[in-house]
Amino acid sequence: MKATLHRREVVVSLLKDRRNLLVVAGLGSTAWDITAAGDSDLSFPTWGAMGQAAMIGLGLALAQPRRRVLVVTGDGEMLMGLGALATIGVQKPANLSVVVIDNERYGETGMQATHTAHGVDLAAVAKACRFKKSITVKSMREVQNLRAAIHRGAGPIFADIKVRDEKLPLVLPPHDGVLLKDRFRRALLGKSADVLAEKS
Amino acid sequence: MPFPEEIHAALIAARVRVVGYVPDAGHKRLLELCHADRRLRAVPLTTEEDGIGLAAGAWLGGQRSVLLMQSSGVGNIINVLGMAKVCRFPLLIVITMRGEAGEFNSWQVPMGQGTQATLEAMGVTVERADAAEEIAERVRNGLKKAFQENSSQAVLIAQRVIGIKSFQEQRNQ
Repeated sequence: MKATLHRREVVVSLLKDRRNLLVVAGLGSTAWDITAAGDSDLSFPTWGAMGQAAMIGLGLALAQPRRRVLVVTGDGEMLMGLGALATIGVQKPANLSVVVIDNERYGETGMQATHTAHGVDLAAVAKACRFKKSITVKSMREVQNLRAAIHRGAGPIFADIKVRDEKLPLVLPPHDGVLLKDRFRRALLGKSADVLAEKS
Repeated sequence: MPFPEEIHAALIAARVRVVGYVPDAGHKRLLELCHADRRLRAVPLTTEEDGIGLAAGAWLGGQRSVLLMQSSGVGNIINVLGMAKVCRFPLLIVITMRGEAGEFNSWQVPMGQGTQATLEAMGVTVERADAAEEIAERVRNGLKKAFQENSSQAVLIAQRVIGIKSFQEQRNQ
């Protein structure tokens, strides 16, 4: 069955009234998606390190157990780091959600098919890795329920959201990695972001 | 004090909270110390590059971390080191060497020979400890530089310090 959801609408819905949510985005389309939904100091979009979005989310979730952490990434990015799902399943961070925006394509390189186009089931992988909740999402109603679970549900939560393979306008976050890191730390940690860095 | 105890003490003194690792026989005792210490969260990984993402996320959340691996793992982290460099994430990797004097597995030799050059090519500052007495100071230095400069540092522990000469010895470690 062909996917009907539009990725930008999905991500806007997931990030609606995001409050204290800490967000990590995988490189490429999902970084543009979270930026199109509204850039924030508490977003860390990546421009590289393919395969690491879920692990960055894990490190953040372990360091900030009282905050909710959301990783938004693509199917290609997630497929490069499947081992991270096993590691998250072992660490069991209750405050972490990993959401794959799955268009079954490598969107930045010419829309080549990923393994999910051939039936590889990422939600089943996450379930086998012992995520507390793991679902495949195909409707906006399910997206809204997922948003509630991201803020309140017991994690780790995984969702594979099937979306159309659209080519959309680029909405680029800042490139500067130091800026992205420092603005995030200052927004989250306040003045101690800089003081901690000075002590040795 | 044996060097694994010294490294552990250095990590605690530097307020490290997260230890990502892929196991190595040379890190066996240190890993036991880290797992037994409730001040530390020891996180076993499926591949070494995941330790760079873990460290980046922990730092975004305000916690210090280190990464433990053997030299073969350096081959797995090359591309991801680019994120540590471009974002200036503080990073210390403590690496036990393979493929050096005393190596019993010839397949370990190429990556062992290329370890230091690979790290340096990706902007990591490398310090090497050729004797057990040198290790703690190198680790303390690496921690200091990583967190003062927001830079990537590695300490290589020579294979002869670990001194494992055969598969049997490794298994009995």
